[in-house]
Amino acid sequence: MSARIGVVTFPGTLDDRDASRAVALAGAQPVELWHGDHDLHSVDAVILPGGFSYGDYLRCGAISSQSPIMTEVVAAANNGLPVLGICNGFQVLCEAHLLPGALTVNEGLHFVCKDQRLRIESTSTAWTNAFDQGQEILIPMKNGEGNFVADEATLDRIEGEGQVVFRYVGGNPNGSRRDIAGLRNAAGNVVGLMPHPEHAVEELTGPSLAGLDIIASVITALADGQVPA
Amino acid sequence: MIDTVVNSQSTPGQPQPFAELGLKPDEYQAIRDILSRRPTSAELAMYSVMWSEHCSYKSSKVHLRQFGEKAPKTDALLVGIGENAGVVDIGDGWAVTFKVESHNHPSYVEPYQGAATGVGGIVRDIISMGARPLAVMDPLRFGPADAPDTKRVLPGVVAGIGGYGNRLGLPNIGGEIVFDSTYLGNPLVNALCVGAMKHEDVHLASAKGVGNLVVLYGARTGGDGIGGVSVLASETFDADGPAKRPSVQVGDPFMEKLLIECTLEVLGAGLVEGIQDLGGAGISCATSELASNGEGGMHVVLDRVPLRDSSLTPEEILMSESQERMCAVVLPENLDAFLAICQKWDVEAVAIGEVTDTGRLTVEWRGEQIVDVPPRSVAHDGPVYQRPYSRPNWQDALQADGPGELARPSTSGELRETLLTMISSPNLADKSFVTDQYDRYVQGNTVLAQPENAGVVRVDEESGLGVAISTDCNGRFAQLDPYFGAQLALAESYRNVSATGAIPLAVTDCLNFGSPEDPAVMWQFEQAVTGLADACLQLGIPVTGGNVSFYNQTAETAILPTPVIGVLGVLDDVDRRTPMAWGPDGEQIYLLGTTRDEFAGSEWAHVVHEHLGGRPPTIDLEVERVLSQILVAGSRDGMFTAAHDVSEGGIAQVLVEMALRSGVGARLWSPDGIDMFTHLFSESASRAVVVVPRSEELRFTEMCAARNFPCMRIGVVDSGLGADAGFAQGTQVMQFGEDFTIELTELADAHTATLPELFGESLS
Repeated sequence: MSARIGVVTFPGTLDDRDASRAVALAGAQPVELWHGDHDLHSVDAVILPGGFSYGDYLRCGAISSQSPIMTEVVAAANNGLPVLGICNGFQVLCEAHLLPGALTVNEGLHFVCKDQRLRIESTSTAWTNAFDQGQEILIPMKNGEGNFVADEATLDRIEGEGQVVFRYVGGNPNGSRRDIAGLRNAAGNVVGLMPHPEHAVEELTGPSLAGLDIIASVITALADGQVPA
Repeated sequence: MIDTVVNSQSTPGQPQPFAELGLKPDEYQAIRDILSRRPTSAELAMYSVMWSEHCSYKSSKVHLRQFGEKAPKTDALLVGIGENAGVVDIGDGWAVTFKVESHNHPSYVEPYQGAATGVGGIVRDIISMGARPLAVMDPLRFGPADAPDTKRVLPGVVAGIGGYGNRLGLPNIGGEIVFDSTYLGNPLVNALCVGAMKHEDVHLASAKGVGNLVVLYGARTGGDGIGGVSVLASETFDADGPAKRPSVQVGDPFMEKLLIECTLEVLGAGLVEGIQDLGGAGISCATSELASNGEGGMHVVLDRVPLRDSSLTPEEILMSESQERMCAVVLPENLDAFLAICQKWDVEAVAIGEVTDTGRLTVEWRGEQIVDVPPRSVAHDGPVYQRPYSRPNWQDALQADGPGELARPSTSGELRETLLTMISSPNLADKSFVTDQYDRYVQGNTVLAQPENAGVVRVDEESGLGVAISTDCNGRFAQLDPYFGAQLALAESYRNVSATGAIPLAVTDCLNFGSPEDPAVMWQFEQAVTGLADACLQLGIPVTGGNVSFYNQTAETAILPTPVIGVLGVLDDVDRRTPMAWGPDGEQIYLLGTTRDEFAGSEWAHVVHEHLGGRPPTIDLEVERVLSQILVAGSRDGMFTAAHDVSEGGIAQVLVEMALRSGVGARLWSPDGIDMFTHLFSESASRAVVVVPRSEELRFTEMCAARNFPCMRIGVVDSGLGADAGFAQGTQVMQFGEDFTIELTELADAHTATLPELFGESLS
């Protein structure tokens, strides 16, 4: 029985089909989840994909974080359900207070789409256990508001507690504090990042296959019972 | 007081503001003749927008007929010119629809919203055919790169395209960015969209079935963009005229994304009998076109239209160009299901009318009839003009002023400097400062995107079936000779698509010209259309649809004639596409085609001498067709690791782009029988550079010989030249024969610095 991984569609979500394709290519079963439902359909893990949910109106991720499905995601995440937020999904996780800090407009004020090198800073998460500590990967990045900010005390704490999972290398594309590209929660089941691993799953269309290892990680974590199913 | 049909009959002499609405006296009289009375103010509003140049093609129609009359025999065309977009069969039961449109005038007045709504409009054209949009492209033209107004227009246009397109989840896979002084005050913002569907899912804009309901859904109707097509797109900008900002529409990409998903779901559920997007001319256009394409009439209750502004008059509601609206014809028994899907996507939907058997389009407001017209007279039987046209008297002098006397680089040092000047000039410089502001990854089917020869997207994930699209035009060539200029534009686009390995199938065009009231401009237009139609017939690829944009001129200065040509090709398996980056050491670099001393209209003459004159490069479409066959066959049989078409900037530009894309240097010979300058910078047509592994060399040269097509080995990929040339071990360099050797890093710096320096800080 392959892992069932839910992919949430909010109004304005764009990369939901891409995330489902990545899940399928990695050998798991994608399950469509709808923002207006209070039902996680007994999935084993959840991906909040990229896009511009609610048009980024009010504040990126702010409206989606209050949606019915997020009530369920937050409760389940606090019970250990693996949750991955990509780009807008990362913004939603910060707005939902599952991850610290916030994402603001890029330093250069432009939307930036490029292939981005990242260093894996933490492998003790449900989504990165297939990587080596310090390994570098190349995956697409595309956002207008990917500039991670937090106060110094928070930054020191998350650095100290090993919650930085991905760091930009070869240049900081958006002004993120301490080159932070992605974070985990203390338990390691919730991970968010701005770049897009779901676009690095086929040689034909992506710069690497690193995205498959993200999904492989959660499949391993679920199989090992590291997280409650 | 409401101007009802009854009222119009009793007040035949009432003065009407037809001139302010853009109608000429004889056009106004024609409306009176059709109706046998004066039009009501609401009818006048409808006719004025639908008979505008933008909607009616009244100046271009007589010439555009050639696309139909000269259309090549093809089985590939499922839906031809006249619908929202043409539909092409690409095999396996799949069809694609694609179209390019202009949003030039709004983008000059308000760059961000003008460009944003240009994307929105073309995407709605594609979804209204029943297709899921796959990708967008944006051919753009601006004034000189260092002109102050270009610094206003370009960043706004780019931000608008990104701000809207990125929020729709459509990858932006290509386009053009061209600078020329004639576009100062007349920027060209063209937008292309391509979508795919199964054959059985093709939908058309027609209202059939008496009693069927007409449902308006999407955004509410507001006061934005009133008279946009008649006031903005169909008049010349006057330097002293009033700012026309109130006629520009404002876009909401979030609503458009919901509209896309909602539309695809109602289409997929079989709930739609006919469908039409609301763009130029708004409800006037959608209702009259649906009714005119149908079999009967239509009755609309205008009070039911959801409004953002309750003070709008019925005339304004009919003319409003508020964005993100669609109109569908729905069986009464399907209405509830239709509305339920709209509700799921938070899209407002209201049945505003129904299909009737009266043969008339009638509109009621506050219980009174304010419109009663034959729908065809509004939508399709507008005025047709035989605009006078004549070859301008300056054309001979322009063609006589060839580039032969222009000083050419004579030393190796000058040649090296010329290369750096050329690759850093705004038209040839790296465009990633712009294109990196567009999402090219979303949907996960982008196989090639800018700066590659053409954009390539996968249509079918199972089989790998996909399409390639390129848009091209060299307006300078069209200025020198509009007939051959249009053919050269088509040839370049055809070649670009072929270079990826795709078989060219169909054409869309966006014909951007000055004022049709100027006989010289009209001659350019007639020549360009004729050249294009002749070339399409010869190459066997039909024009499936497109757009004409006139009045691109400020005072007396018209733009270069700019027939932007989009060619669509098909790849059975996108895995076999040919990219532009060459591979490892030892691969052989070949030139396909013949280089002549052809510099008229070239980038070199433009950049180095600011010269435009002479006759454009010769174009032989039979040669172009054989070249295409070689590029496609070489891709199919795995003979090429890379290919690149040769156009602006010549072979020099091609080699630099290929080297920088791959990061590996090359050794280039001094060619026999031609000097290095002409070899590197001539812009002769029908040429491509291909890179062939040694193992394929014999097969490749034999294929060219069998087709009697010239091919010449011009270099070899070589990563080990740096040390010999006095650079550090491992330094990647390009060696240009005996003339000079240059580091890739120096080329990269020259090539990539230009746009960021002009338009802002580039992010690392």
